Amino acid sequence: MIEAPDLSLAALTPLLFIFGAACVGVLVEAFAPREARHPVQVALALVGTLGALVSTLLLAGSREVTAGGALAVDGAGLFLQATIAGLGALAILLFAERSLDPARSSFVTSAAVPAGSPRDRELLTSERVQTEVYPLATFAIGGMMLFVASNDLLIMFVALEVLSLPLYLISGLARRRRLLSQEAAVKYFLLGAFASAFFLYGLALVYGATGSIRLSDIRAAAVEDGGDVLLVLGLALLIVGLLFKASVAPFHTWTPDVYQGAPTPVTAFMAACTKVAAFGAILRLLYVAFGTSEWTWRPLIYGVAIVSMIVGAILGLTQTDLKRMLAYSSIAHAGFLLTGVIGLGSSGDGSGLAATMFYLLTYGLTTLGAFAVLTLVRDGDGEASHLSQWAGLASRSPLTAAVMSLFLLALAGIPLTAGFTGKFAVFRAAIESGAWPLALVALLASAVAAFFYLRVIVLMYFSPPAADGPTVGVPGLPTTIVLAITATATLALGIVPGSVLDLAERAAIFVG
Amino acid sequence: MNSFPFLLVMIALPAVGAAVVAALPRGRDLLAKQLSLGISLVVLLLAVLATVAFDTGGDRFQLTTEFAWIPDFGVQIALGVDGIALVMLLLIGVLVPVVVGASWRDEFPGRSMKAYFAWLMLLEAMMVGVFASTDIFLFYVFFEAMLVPMYFIIGSFGGPRRQYAAVKFFLYSLVGGLIMLAAVIGLYVVSASQLGEGTFAFDALRQLEITPGVQKLLFLGFFVAFAIKAPLVPFHTWLPDSGSEAPIGGAVLLVGVLDKVGTFGFLRYCLPLFPDASRYFAPYVLVLAVAGILYAALLAMGQSDMKRLVSYTSISHFGFIALGIFAFTTEAATGAVLYMVNHGIATGLLFVVVGMLIARGGSRQIRDYGGVAAKAPILAGVFLLAGLASLALPGTNSFVSEFLVLIGSFPSQPVFTIIATVGIILAALYILLMYQRTMQGPPAGVLMVEDDDEPVPSDGGSTAVLTAPRRTLRVLDLDRRELSVVAPLVALIIVLGVYPQPLLNLIEPAVSATMSDLGGSDR
Repeated sequence: MIEAPDLSLAALTPLLFIFGAACVGVLVEAFAPREARHPVQVALALVGTLGALVSTLLLAGSREVTAGGALAVDGAGLFLQATIAGLGALAILLFAERSLDPARSSFVTSAAVPAGSPRDRELLTSERVQTEVYPLATFAIGGMMLFVASNDLLIMFVALEVLSLPLYLISGLARRRRLLSQEAAVKYFLLGAFASAFFLYGLALVYGATGSIRLSDIRAAAVEDGGDVLLVLGLALLIVGLLFKASVAPFHTWTPDVYQGAPTPVTAFMAACTKVAAFGAILRLLYVAFGTSEWTWRPLIYGVAIVSMIVGAILGLTQTDLKRMLAYSSIAHAGFLLTGVIGLGSSGDGSGLAATMFYLLTYGLTTLGAFAVLTLVRDGDGEASHLSQWAGLASRSPLTAAVMSLFLLALAGIPLTAGFTGKFAVFRAAIESGAWPLALVALLASAVAAFFYLRVIVLMYFSPPAADGPTVGVPGLPTTIVLAITATATLALGIVPGSVLDLAERAAIFVG
Repeated sequence: MNSFPFLLVMIALPAVGAAVVAALPRGRDLLAKQLSLGISLVVLLLAVLATVAFDTGGDRFQLTTEFAWIPDFGVQIALGVDGIALVMLLLIGVLVPVVVGASWRDEFPGRSMKAYFAWLMLLEAMMVGVFASTDIFLFYVFFEAMLVPMYFIIGSFGGPRRQYAAVKFFLYSLVGGLIMLAAVIGLYVVSASQLGEGTFAFDALRQLEITPGVQKLLFLGFFVAFAIKAPLVPFHTWLPDSGSEAPIGGAVLLVGVLDKVGTFGFLRYCLPLFPDASRYFAPYVLVLAVAGILYAALLAMGQSDMKRLVSYTSISHFGFIALGIFAFTTEAATGAVLYMVNHGIATGLLFVVVGMLIARGGSRQIRDYGGVAAKAPILAGVFLLAGLASLALPGTNSFVSEFLVLIGSFPSQPVFTIIATVGIILAALYILLMYQRTMQGPPAGVLMVEDDDEPVPSDGGSTAVLTAPRRTLRVLDLDRRELSVVAPLVALIIVLGVYPQPLLNLIEPAVSATMSDLGGSDR
């Protein structure tokens, strides 16, 4: 007789909420009349994400392992889930913006129509809007929330796929520059499939070495024989798969192309939420399963952190497209985040976990805000993301330039912005754990990276406006809400970060 | 405890003022100017009142305000001043209204003046904060955040190469600041291991006993940041660019106050926190300081741009200040602190006057002027006084401080002091040459206009000779606004030249305390 696994439904509410909303979304797509779909889908996605957010907050403080040991509900998981759900809700709002593009949406009406065909040109000007993105994005958010809570490598793999597949799809849905967008989607899919294969192979090796896919069992096996070749090899492959998702150099090559090609709201969503999810999984894997065999992964993470910071900061200097620049910035920030991961204590007493979680929150908010500003600046064929088009933006739209400057200064880590608090937290964790050379490299990399953020400010404020410059669209309600929330949070987490830091500190617990 | 929170108000008032000025509707530039002037005068008044409330024989840090800010990091909003910080606050109090007055008629095509004044107010808040912090984290926050308003002041309102200058300024300071951040965190980690709980409070950190190796590393972290800020010679190249491209108001605050954060940092943080490392590195620092005095003075002589020239003179003067600090005697360090104030006043005035001349002629080049003194005697007179104060003529304020630095450094560092003395001669050269070329001699340059008032000979008789049109120098002397801007600085130059005692009374106890932190008295 097969015993049903124990299921604590209360602990699963956030996941049930989000996956429920996604499934209903699919039904709505099938049965609701076309005119009603957009408002219903947006409302549904928001209910799903916000419901998930509220239910994670209500669960705060609970610690258990449920679903037959496959899912962990703990402080760190809940904090990350709440972060993903909150950022996801903001991203959904960006998806729902209808007043910026003359065609009322940044998504292609019908992705199956070949780009450039007569039918495509016809649809470009039609009022029809794409609504499949909402259930797809909701599924991706659900996958991410599952990813950070999985206590079992197989669940982790399933979650990885659930979050990745919709992302591959929606990054190909740009309404303008469709070929670029489709190329991005194919590239992302192919490289992503590789990464999944790495992860799966690593999973198999770890299973071979330990006889279990449960993180706590792996930990126990690692205590006994941490130097087992199969185990170490498996760990390395698992990490490669995760580093790919986190766009850490040298596994970053897809990032600039995908960030540039995907519709900007999707880029914002990927930059913010995928980063949180991937780092959540890295933290859980390294902390729960391999916390006792630190010496096997520490040099690896140390190395890729340095490579990522240097690649991100230096290649970022050469970019002329804002979306690509922010992509390299995200690679550099992945390196800074790994600096916090190095600050993890093996016994769980280091401040690295809380610092990394806090950094993820601040980075997600700031980068989401920066991409939201990008959607405002447009010319005849969509968003004007080339640097030179931003010259003199401040004289055209002072408020847009000011908000963008705030986000850029935060990304550069200037004090009194959220970016500084986050950086300080991870660097402190690294130095406390003795990794001061890494922190020094990180500080120098932030100085280099500051140059390209500053360059945008220089262009916006100190250059004369170009004659045929872009126009700054008046954002509709959804984008306005996103900008207001992200800008306020960026300032608030810089000036009075106490309570959120405290929350992260108290949440920094994994159950195994 | 029940005293008025002077420092908090002096930070909050201009910060709020900045927000108000920025929020004014377009076209209300006059109101923005009046508000800024009002606020900066209130800050001056508060600085004076704080000085009155300060007890020179009392605790090291007074007028303290403390409350928790980010408990998870162990960070407090901890404000307090010793005599050194207090005189810097007075200097800020004096210079900001002067700068507001000096910028009153400035116009930047296509830029809104209210933004300029809003940044100026924000800068004042941050400058007060940086000198008034007694928590190193808070100090660092102000130290870095201060860059943002100055960056916008240079970048939005500066000269033709302002973009380059603004970015260079920002990046140099940011790199220094980030290296300091590593050292700040390092100090925190050391304090966590020694005191059980990490702290950034200056008073607690002063008690730490740090091993020499760690001290050296941390010292270097702080030193590089301050040496870039001050700037000492190999780190100085950003200052001439920023100083010459910044609008006059920005330039005055840049060399008058912002750069003092570097020398202030040496004295407040490097010496007391890392006494062994300070002693170890002192000879190297002195070499940089003395090399800077001579090198920058030579470069100053070679400049054709007046604002660049003044920037180089400042680098030379900062060498004297660093010499005074790293000579490790109370007398020299007291002189150095007084030098910081006097340099702010003298060089501030020099920049203001140069700015007034540039406003008339539209050129920064020395060769574009000549013989101005004949038509604008007051302008020339103030220019001369500022120059003389800058070259430390006896009777002006700078003489007292330069003399104190030299006489105080001589017993411990005779060789360096003797070499530094050459700088005084060079100072006379670069200042007087600039004065002579622009103010004296035959009238020449961009201020010459064709004299169309010349009566035309009425009869085209046989004696008519073709003559080149007569050209004369046309320049307005200082008007009432300009006079009221320069008057306070002129008065301070003379008063402090004759009677510096009140400032010395404020400075000396704080310097003695610093020297005792350093261990081993010099007397």
